[in-house]
Amino acid sequence: MGEVIEQSATTMRDAGAETDLFSKFDGILAERAALLATGVRDPYAIVMSEVKSPTLAVINGKDTILLGTYNYMGMTFDPDVVQAGKDALDEFGSGTTGSRVLNGTYQGHKECEDALKEFYGTRSAMVFSTGYQANLGMISTLAGKGDYVIIDADSHASIYDGCFLGNAEIVRFRHNSVEDLDKRLGRLPAEAQKLVVLEGVYSMLGDVAPLPDMVAAVRKHPNCMILVDEAHGMGFFGKHGRGVYEEQGVEKEIDFVVGTFSKSVGTVGGFCVSDHPKFEVMRFAARPYIFTASLPPSVVATAATSIRKLMHAGEKRAHLWENSRRLHKGLRDMGFNLGTETAQSAIISVILTDQTQAVAMWQALLELGLYVNMARPPATPAGWFLLRCSLCAEHSSEQVGQILDIFAAAGRSTGVIPG
Amino acid sequence: MSDRQDVFAQVAAQIEPFNKKGVTLADGTSFAKDLEWDSLTVMDFVAAIEDEFDIIITMNMQAEIETIGQLVDAVLKLRAEG
Repeated sequence: MGEVIEQSATTMRDAGAETDLFSKFDGILAERAALLATGVRDPYAIVMSEVKSPTLAVINGKDTILLGTYNYMGMTFDPDVVQAGKDALDEFGSGTTGSRVLNGTYQGHKECEDALKEFYGTRSAMVFSTGYQANLGMISTLAGKGDYVIIDADSHASIYDGCFLGNAEIVRFRHNSVEDLDKRLGRLPAEAQKLVVLEGVYSMLGDVAPLPDMVAAVRKHPNCMILVDEAHGMGFFGKHGRGVYEEQGVEKEIDFVVGTFSKSVGTVGGFCVSDHPKFEVMRFAARPYIFTASLPPSVVATAATSIRKLMHAGEKRAHLWENSRRLHKGLRDMGFNLGTETAQSAIISVILTDQTQAVAMWQALLELGLYVNMARPPATPAGWFLLRCSLCAEHSSEQVGQILDIFAAAGRSTGVIPG
Repeated sequence: MSDRQDVFAQVAAQIEPFNKKGVTLADGTSFAKDLEWDSLTVMDFVAAIEDEFDIIITMNMQAEIETIGQLVDAVLKLRAEG
């Protein structure tokens, strides 16, 4: 037995000491080693051995409140959602083993797209295998050679990668600056086709885009289409939970909405909805849609069930907003430096001074039974180190109270807030 | 002063707030190697240059620009086109 293990450990070439393709990562390895040498736990190596509910998991053998999951509406353990997944596993098997355009479109994929069309009130809906791929597919395919993509500087990595995958010219404007967007559009050739990509909620600080002003600025210029990524807005912004663009009343001005199933919907997958009469042609042109396997039947079944339930989730939405406002005010009153003046979304970001302080605070929270996300540059704006909290509609009022107590204790013990 | 010297001086003035190490600026000065700018600094700087000259330097173009001299040439070309 021992021999077998020994053998398997040396089956492939082990060339760690040489200069090779991995040498460019030596900086990352050294920084991580230095951080871990201080005795802190690795913030990027958390394992949840048991997940008890949308808000509670076992980490290092201990019950831990989850405050960094993006499981905004707590749909992951909804009995109807889970049952739909089990039924689809029984009826359609574990996977499709194929592309949407070949053998990978089952009844469940069509039903999921029907649920999206109903949820968004649009003519078309297209399901991708992840939200990341939805942005890759839409941006890289819509904007071709000679076209322009205009993006916010704080755009999510999937938007940047969608730009890099395509052949269009990429122009950035300063985060959420209407004036900057307007100026840049004005400098582009009038006759060129342009795709402006905005996000409803920016996930690092949880701030919301001023969409009516941005849309008005875009409409001053010819040949522009607008895509809004509502990954962090779906489920609880707007009357129907469609997102920030609905809440701010600019539905008629948006050409494409991209979203994900891995936040409020509670599973995995991505989508784009649109009313454009030629939208369906994207199925034959978007490479991230064509050249990958489609979602497993159980996943689209859970997504469709969850989306339909989110249409009637008014009470949950109200509770999520109540939780978000209470946590924001509580943290602010304690003296934490937060990413926004008020609670603009269900993401509340605590800004720390540096990596050492951020990791110390993160670990203190974890030891007291609270999990939050740690985020660092270059993912964060302005080179900030952040502890990102995302609330869930299933957090009880009692849990929000516990969360505030834990933040107070951890903040004082690490010196982030005055003792 | 020639047009190029003029643009160089304007670019140099825009670099100053980001030139934390006080590096002497020349055509061959590299943004990444000499000025040691990270991606966030580059982004702020590019926005400042775009507004100074009323031009657009797309991210595609930015990928080709490594030195101050290359940036000055790009600005001259973009201004001529605009």
